[in-house]
Amino acid sequence: MKKKVLSVLLSTAMIAALVTGCGNDGSTTASTDNAATKDAATTDNAAEGDAATKDAATTDNAAEGEAATGDAASGELIKVGIINNNPNESGYRTANDNDLKATFTKENGYDASFAYSNDNSEQIAHAQTFIQNEVEYLLLSAADTAGWDSVLTDAQNAGIKVILFDRVIDADESLYEASIVSDMEKEGQTAVDWLKAQGLSEYNIVHLQGVMGTAAQKGRSAAMDAAVAAEGWNIVNQQTAEWNAETAQQIVQSVIDSGESFNVIYAENDDMARGAVAALDAANISHGVGKDVVIMGFDCNKWALEELLNQNWNYDGQCNPFQSSYIDDIIKTLESGGTVAEKTIIMDEKGFDATTITADDVEKFGI
Amino acid sequence: MGATKTNNGNIFSKLIKQQLFIPLAALLILIIFNLIMDPSFLKITLGYNNIGNPVLSGYIIRILDNGSEVAILAIGMTLVTAASGGQDISVGAAVAIAGSVLLRVLCGSNTHPETLQAPIIVGFLVSCLVAMLFGAFNGVLVAYFKIQPMVATLILYTAGRSIAAWVNNNELPIISEASFGYFGGYIPGIPVPTPLIIAVACMVAIGLVLKFTNLRLYTQAVGINESSSKLNGLNPQLIKLLSFVILGICVAVVGLIKVSRNSTINYSVIAKDIEMDAILAVALGGNALGGGKFSMAASIIGAYVIQLLTTTLFKFKVPSDALPAYKAVVVIILVVISAPVVREWFSSMIKKFQTKEVA
Repeated sequence: MKKKVLSVLLSTAMIAALVTGCGNDGSTTASTDNAATKDAATTDNAAEGDAATKDAATTDNAAEGEAATGDAASGELIKVGIINNNPNESGYRTANDNDLKATFTKENGYDASFAYSNDNSEQIAHAQTFIQNEVEYLLLSAADTAGWDSVLTDAQNAGIKVILFDRVIDADESLYEASIVSDMEKEGQTAVDWLKAQGLSEYNIVHLQGVMGTAAQKGRSAAMDAAVAAEGWNIVNQQTAEWNAETAQQIVQSVIDSGESFNVIYAENDDMARGAVAALDAANISHGVGKDVVIMGFDCNKWALEELLNQNWNYDGQCNPFQSSYIDDIIKTLESGGTVAEKTIIMDEKGFDATTITADDVEKFGI
Repeated sequence: MGATKTNNGNIFSKLIKQQLFIPLAALLILIIFNLIMDPSFLKITLGYNNIGNPVLSGYIIRILDNGSEVAILAIGMTLVTAASGGQDISVGAAVAIAGSVLLRVLCGSNTHPETLQAPIIVGFLVSCLVAMLFGAFNGVLVAYFKIQPMVATLILYTAGRSIAAWVNNNELPIISEASFGYFGGYIPGIPVPTPLIIAVACMVAIGLVLKFTNLRLYTQAVGINESSSKLNGLNPQLIKLLSFVILGICVAVVGLIKVSRNSTINYSVIAKDIEMDAILAVALGGNALGGGKFSMAASIIGAYVIQLLTTTLFKFKVPSDALPAYKAVVVIILVVISAPVVREWFSSMIKKFQTKEVA
C-alpha cells in the first residue's frame, strides 16, 4: 500500500515536471513554479486563450487603419499568429524566438500567439487553428518545404496575410506577402572569399558538414565545393558531423590519427568548430590567428565570437536570426495600405575576422 | 584423423554457442579488416596536448575513449532489458537532463561563471539523484502500471530535451574552469583518457555487484517468468524498478562525461540517438531483447563494436550521404548473426555436418 502511494506521488511529481517543462516554452519568464495547474494547456493554447479574451474586446475589421499607427493605447491590437520551430533546437532559434517575442508585444501594438513544432504536419495543424481564430497575419518558419499549399490557400481565402521568415517553402509566390530569409549560399560565399583572401600557401581543408539536406548545409557546402573545384584546393576530409560537437571531435581525431596534414577547418556551425578545436588541443596542434590551423565557424554564438576575440579562431560567419524588425516594417507598410516591393527579402549578414573583431561586435552580434 | 575433426567440430559448435563468441568475432573481424587496410591501425603513441600533459593517442585509444558512453549505458540497458523484457528509449533525453542539471548546479544563475559555484562532486550527486528519479519514474510506469517499457519511456523521450532546456532557462551555459574538462578529457599526468577510466570503474562496480549479490539471479528469474519468481518469494516489481534506477545512475555518469567533453551543452544534439546505440549494443551482445538471461560482458563488447564501426567509417571517409546506409548494412548482418535463433541453427547445422562426416 505504501508503495502504491509512493508510486502515485512519484508519477504525479514527474507529470507536473513534464508539464512545467513544456509550458515554459511559451512564456519566457512567466511563473513556472505553480505551472502544473496553470500551464497545463501547453504553450500555444495558453497563448491562444489569451488571444481569445482580447478578441472579445477587439472589433475585427473596424479599425485596421488606426492600428497601423501601432498605438497600443487605443486597444486595437494587430492579431498575429507565429509558427516557429522549437526554440531549444539551437542558439540560433532561441535568439530568433526571443527577438520575435520582444517585437510582437502589446506595447508595440500586437496581439501575438506563438506555436512551436519541428514537425511539419503539427505546424500545419497550428496554422489551421490560427486561421480558425481569425488572426490577421500568419508568420511562418516552416519545418519542411512541402505541403503548405492548401493551408495557405485557406488562409488567403480567409483574408489572412502570410509572411514567411527564416525558411522558404515550395508554394506559389501569390500565397504569401513576403519571405525574409538568410541567403545560405551567400553566407558560404562570404566565408570562402575570406578564406581565399588569406592567401595561404596551400589549402588542405577538413570540411565538417551539418545535417545533410538542410538549407544551411546545402548553401555552405555549395560555396566550398565550388571553390575547391575552381581553386584546386585539397579536401582532406569532408563529412557530416550533423551539427554535433562530439561527432566533429571524433572526425577530426580520426583525421589526426591518420597522419594526414591539414591547415583549415571549415565547420558549418560553431558547435562543430568547437568540437574540432577540442580534438586539436588534445593533439597539441595550434590553431587561430597566425597559428597552424585556420578555424572557421558559422552562426555567431557569443562564445564563438569570444574565441575570435581571443584569436583562437579565425572566422565566424553570421546567420542573422533577427527578422522581426523586417517583419514589423512589412506589417506596418501593409496596414497603411502600401505594398511590399520585393517578395523575397534577404537579410544583411556579416562575416567576422578575428583580427578585426571588437568587443562591441561580440555584444551586438553574439546570439 | 576423423577423431580430431569431430573434436574440432565440437569445440567450434561449443564456441558458437557461447554468447561472447559473436561480439568478439565481430570485433576481431573489424580489427583485422582495419589492419589489412592500414597496418598502423593498432599503433598507440604517447604525445603531449596543448597544455603539456602526456596523452596517449591512436585509433584504438579513440575507440576506447569514445565508446565509453555507450558501454556505460549498455550496463544499465542490459539489466532493464533482462528484467522488463523491453528497452528504455529515453536515455538520450535523460542524459540531456542530467547534463543540464549538472551545469545548473555548477553555474548557478550565471551562465558563464568565472569560477564554479559548487564543487563538481555536488553537481554530479544532484544530477545523479535527478537521473535516478527519472529512472524511477520510468520504472514505476513499467513495474507497477504494467505499461510497455517502450511506451512508458516514450513520455520522457518526447519531453526530456524540453525539460533539459527548461532547467537552464533555455540558455547554454559554458564552463571555463579547466578541471571540469578532466572528466571528458585527460587528468594532468595520466595519459589514459578519463572516460575510459570511468567506464572501467563502472564495469568493475557492476561486476562486483553481480558477483557478490543476487542481482543477476533475481533479474533473470523475473525476466524469464515473472509469476513463478513471485511464487518463489521475489518481488518482481521491485527488481524491475531497481533496474531502471541503476540505468539512471549510468545516465548520470554519461551526462557528466558528455557535458565535460565540451564544457557546454546543446540540448537538441547532446547524446542524440544514444539510446539506439545502447539497445543495439545489448542486441549485438546476443542478449534476448525479450528479457531473461543476459551477459553483461557481451553487451559491453557490443558497445565497443559499434564505436569501432563508427570510427572505421570515419577513417575510410565514407561520403556523408552514404554513412547511415553503410552502418545499417553492417548492423543488420551482425544483429541477424547474433540472434539466438540463428546461433541455434548454426550449431545444429554443424552437428549435422559432423554426423555426416563420421558416417
